[in-house]
Amino acid sequence: MKARIIVTPKKAVVDPQGKTVQNALAHLGYTGVRAVHVGKYIEIELEPGTDRATAERALDDACRKFLSNPIIEDYHLEIVD
Amino acid sequence: MNVAVVQFPASNCDQDAVHAIRVLGHSAWLAWHRDTSLGPADAVIIPGGFSYGDYLRCGAIARFSPVMQAVRSFAEQGGLVLGICNGFQVLTEAGLLPGALVRNRSLQFRCEHVFLRVEHARSPFTWRADPARPLRIPIAHGEGCYYADEETLDAMEARGQVLWRYCNAAGECTEEANPNGSLRNIAGVCNEQGNVAGLMPHPERACEAILGSTDGRFILESMLGWLERRAAGASAPAAA
Repeated sequence: MKARIIVTPKKAVVDPQGKTVQNALAHLGYTGVRAVHVGKYIEIELEPGTDRATAERALDDACRKFLSNPIIEDYHLEIVD
Repeated sequence: MNVAVVQFPASNCDQDAVHAIRVLGHSAWLAWHRDTSLGPADAVIIPGGFSYGDYLRCGAIARFSPVMQAVRSFAEQGGLVLGICNGFQVLTEAGLLPGALVRNRSLQFRCEHVFLRVEHARSPFTWRADPARPLRIPIAHGEGCYYADEETLDAMEARGQVLWRYCNAAGECTEEANPNGSLRNIAGVCNEQGNVAGLMPHPERACEAILGSTDGRFILESMLGWLERRAAGASAPAAA
């Protein structure tokens, strides 16, 4: 079992990385791109036999306190087998 | 006065901060990140650098170090805490200062002298400065773009929590004078109580003529002079 966490900049925060990647895509000829947001992907491997609900609660807490900064970032947490 | 300078793994302005405090005629020592006490400190400086490699986010790991628990208690008791550059990032991550610092809008690491407008002289960190005269102080950072939501910014401004803004030599806060895209040209802020402040520029690198500017003294001597006045029982300037 593992946790997949995706952290993205909040829409209100200027994302110069996303903007630069968007410009580069345009230069490379990829059309139809409206916006690009560059974030982080964190994968956490859990010990076998870990209780799913307990792990989800604990990791949600970790996301809010440590893995993301709620002032500037949003996160999405998913536990997968 | 006695100043504890916190040292994390990969702090790199710690010795500069200790040196600057000693040049100004005061006592300074290093507090290691695993220390749980700051010693008999009158003030604390969280210095610049790349604490714990700045992995995840700048300051995100440093805020959980044992010494930061001591800094938090010190701040809660009204002690003066100044975060410089990475130290500013650590204090925002720790929630001791509002807002956050994100990647420079240019995506460039900016290393140069800038001008700072002192917003008011009612703070322990600014009272020795003349708000009419911009300070010339170096910056060196890749993630110094100050962000807070509009509501927070308005409340901070109303309370006098914005202490320094990027400006040009004439003291005008223009877009050209803003090196990192900080909202409202904000270079440094303080908490609501006024005893915790942070800024991206490096006052400790501008305390001796040989370094090209002595304007950093206005900030450090404000802090040290405020402590001296408080120790002498004189009425110190209001915190915020």
